[in-house]
Amino acid sequence: MSLQVSDLRVYYRTLAGDVKALDGVTFSIADKEIMGLAGESGCGKSTLGNSLIRLDGRMKYVGGSVNLDGAEVPIWDDNDMVPFRFREVSVVPQYAMSAMNPTRKIGKMVSELTESRGLRFREIKEELDRRIDLVGLDRDVLKRYPIELSGGMKQRMVMVISTLLDPSLLIADEITSALDVSTQRAVAETLVSFRDHGFVKSMMVITHDISILYQIADSILIMYAGKLAEKAPTGTIIDKPRHPYTQMLVSSLPEVGVRYVNKKLAGIPGSPPSLLDPPTGCRFRARCPFAFSKCLEEPPFVEVDTDHSVACWKVSGPDA
Amino acid sequence: MTAIPGTSTDVTPAVDDAGKIPAPAAKRARGELLFFSLRSKKFVISMAVLLFLAFLAIFGPMVDSTDPLAQAGLPMRHPTLDAGNWFGTTYFGDDVFSQFVNGLRASFFVGFLGGGLGALIGMFVGFVAGYRGGWVDEILNMITNVFLVIPTLAVLLVITSYLKARGVMFEAIFIGITSWPWAARAIRAQTFSLRSRDFIDLAKLSGRSGWKVIVFEIAPNMSSYLFLTYILLFGGAILIAASLDFIGLGPTGGMSLGLMMYNSVTWAALQLGIWWWFVPPGVGIIALVGALYVMNVGLDEIFNPKLREM
Amino acid sequence: MLSLNKVSKTYKIGTFGGQDLIAVRDVSFDISPGEVVSLIGESGSGKTTVGKMVLKLISISSGSITLDGADVASIRGSAVKPYYRQVQGVFQDPFSSYNPIFKADRVFEMIRSEYFAGMARSEWSDKIDAVLRAVTLDPGQVLNKYPHQLSGGQLQRLLVARALLLDIKVLVADEIISMLDASTRIDVLNLLADLKSRGLGILFITHDLSLGNYISEKTVILRRGEVVEMGATEKVFGRPTHPYTRLLLSSVPQLHKKWATIEAELAAPIGGGKGCLFHDAYPLAGRNPQPGSDEPTLVKIEDDHYVGCFDLDSEKVARVA
Repeated sequence: MSLQVSDLRVYYRTLAGDVKALDGVTFSIADKEIMGLAGESGCGKSTLGNSLIRLDGRMKYVGGSVNLDGAEVPIWDDNDMVPFRFREVSVVPQYAMSAMNPTRKIGKMVSELTESRGLRFREIKEELDRRIDLVGLDRDVLKRYPIELSGGMKQRMVMVISTLLDPSLLIADEITSALDVSTQRAVAETLVSFRDHGFVKSMMVITHDISILYQIADSILIMYAGKLAEKAPTGTIIDKPRHPYTQMLVSSLPEVGVRYVNKKLAGIPGSPPSLLDPPTGCRFRARCPFAFSKCLEEPPFVEVDTDHSVACWKVSGPDA
Repeated sequence: MTAIPGTSTDVTPAVDDAGKIPAPAAKRARGELLFFSLRSKKFVISMAVLLFLAFLAIFGPMVDSTDPLAQAGLPMRHPTLDAGNWFGTTYFGDDVFSQFVNGLRASFFVGFLGGGLGALIGMFVGFVAGYRGGWVDEILNMITNVFLVIPTLAVLLVITSYLKARGVMFEAIFIGITSWPWAARAIRAQTFSLRSRDFIDLAKLSGRSGWKVIVFEIAPNMSSYLFLTYILLFGGAILIAASLDFIGLGPTGGMSLGLMMYNSVTWAALQLGIWWWFVPPGVGIIALVGALYVMNVGLDEIFNPKLREM
Repeated sequence: MLSLNKVSKTYKIGTFGGQDLIAVRDVSFDISPGEVVSLIGESGSGKTTVGKMVLKLISISSGSITLDGADVASIRGSAVKPYYRQVQGVFQDPFSSYNPIFKADRVFEMIRSEYFAGMARSEWSDKIDAVLRAVTLDPGQVLNKYPHQLSGGQLQRLLVARALLLDIKVLVADEIISMLDASTRIDVLNLLADLKSRGLGILFITHDLSLGNYISEKTVILRRGEVVEMGATEKVFGRPTHPYTRLLLSSVPQLHKKWATIEAELAAPIGGGKGCLFHDAYPLAGRNPQPGSDEPTLVKIEDDHYVGCFDLDSEKVARVA
């Protein structure tokens, strides 16, 4: 399968005007690829993840196209999207583990979900059991209430449910953020095992934690202020990033082993621009130490190396 | 739900040479409130009705200085809507309009005082119970529950049998003392939820504690809620007063809308066709209480951004 | 300077308060001037409870906390205000720390009205300017604004500035950067480290080991209310001995090593790591004494490195005599 997104534009309607959350985003995910989508708050990564499956009431589809396995995905039409959701594209939303109905046993919730999709619960029960075993949960978790499970267990249960119908694309939105460190690893590794077992063809893992992505993602896409900054294989992003934002972001992450007395890390001064009225040209230019005159013009997101695209004049411009 | 990106840090205004920053958000917050207030039909209409009634209550008795209990003319005269005979006369020849505007005054007074007293007691009990928790909360809860289940009507009957004369003040105080429990409950619940917020801890770390935290941190945060509570108590007090007057347990002297209705029923106004005796007070009560409740709903929308229509 | 000695916190839960929930058990450590001590633990470890006990927002069930020798728990009533001149805190959620209906710099005003009521306006203004510059904030950009107009990083730094108005000796920083963006985190962190030079002692509470490692001189690892390992940071991270510490370190996602590599590379624990280190030598091993008993709770395994005895066969962390 492959996912192809071209020039996607999704804005938020607010009283103050349109917030240009996604302003012309183009990229693709190959078969069996786990792509990490990283960026700071307000960069539009959650919007991107959500727009591929459901535009909620405040989001306005403005333009662009999404292609999954060659077929167009009608993200602008809620009804037309119904056959896609859960079967072709599935999502583990943020705070999913808190979104389980506390008054329903988990088994009942799953059966309600599948019946609503036109599947008999009996038909999928066997597969469900197998997957529950795979993620390391007990089969009688179906008879329990959500409150009886720990955070990690709930998260894994949600992941099993979301991938029950073997979707082509799984969007995982901040699934490790609310978990303890020791559970994060288990959940992240479960995600990879889903891909390895073929339950899911490709994944988009949205998070602000780049170090988790280093552990499980094949490639990383960095977003900034509604635009794409850089996309490259994981190792390249971490070791040889070329976009100034990526460089500064990676170098500002404290790692186990790095100590203040030995090496003082530096952050990125300033804050992301408002998306109500974004600046012209490159959106990072106000904070970029390398900004020069050409940056007043918006840099295109172009491929500068195999599988490595960057939106920066310093890298792709004539003076690079 | 995804947070709307780009709106957490709002427009950052530029610093001018003097280093002064315009504060658009303060103005915008107040302006926003005004904007929504004027946009809300419920608020505007109910406010208009209330202002009209208040105007009548304040200026009516001054304009028409007839004593509501004195005979003003021939009995059972039809209303002619001209000076001196706006609403006609009663069975006894009392001027209905004069009775009406004086009654309105009394209603506003009861609402203001009774509602106010109820609000004050409710706030005190609610804040203290919600903030302190523990056994203080238990005891105050017990008291609240006791007051909730007191059959106020029975108590009032007992009390009135001992009192020769009762004024509007008594009625207002009685209503105030018996209508506060639900307000206390609601305020206690809100206080509970605010108590665990970090800014309360920060206030404690700044050397503030106890009543200072309640007055300076918690109450201002709930100001719209307290205002709405007061309006509900206001309207509720008027309605209770009207009901009490209607069954004859109201003030012994003076005039009120409920009393007018009581008299009109006692003297068979419906059967005699003296509709102008009970229709104005009835409409008055409905308009007053109704406007207050509708304004409450409207204000809820204004204060709570999530309820506003886009 | 600040000393915690077998501090414990027990909550009474259950229908009639019949059961005991021990949130913190026998925690002891010190903070010296100019030292950052990180208190590391996951959710439910009791680290926030310890922080709040130091800040006197929660009462201590047993044990003692002393500041320069003076007992903290017995401070009551009017003596609490002077205590807060010496000890202050900054919390996790910048947007919850400010009363949203007031301007952000009201937090300064509160300090002024409680501690500096007599000071002249102009002198106060200068004081504000000075602390704002100390936290690298531009007064023009942050004064006279509402909290929602400022970023999380600015709000947290404002809170540190507020604490600095008081000439404090100890700052309790409870997860202060976990809700900030990656690019601002390091700036606030560096700010804390810079404050060390003022002689400030900082209790840095976090769940993130890499942050603790970056900034602190001493590390205390907390699990379910008990200290499982503590000591000089480079020793705890260099030779992690307790299985829990090792589990934490092997689960932290790092930027240049995959999990499998990290796990394999963890230096072998002192003493072999299989079974309780001192089980044979100490016949009392296996008991679980009540909080506040006279027995020491940690064992010194090398200079400036202490470990709680562990029993690998059961879940309980037993204490040794």
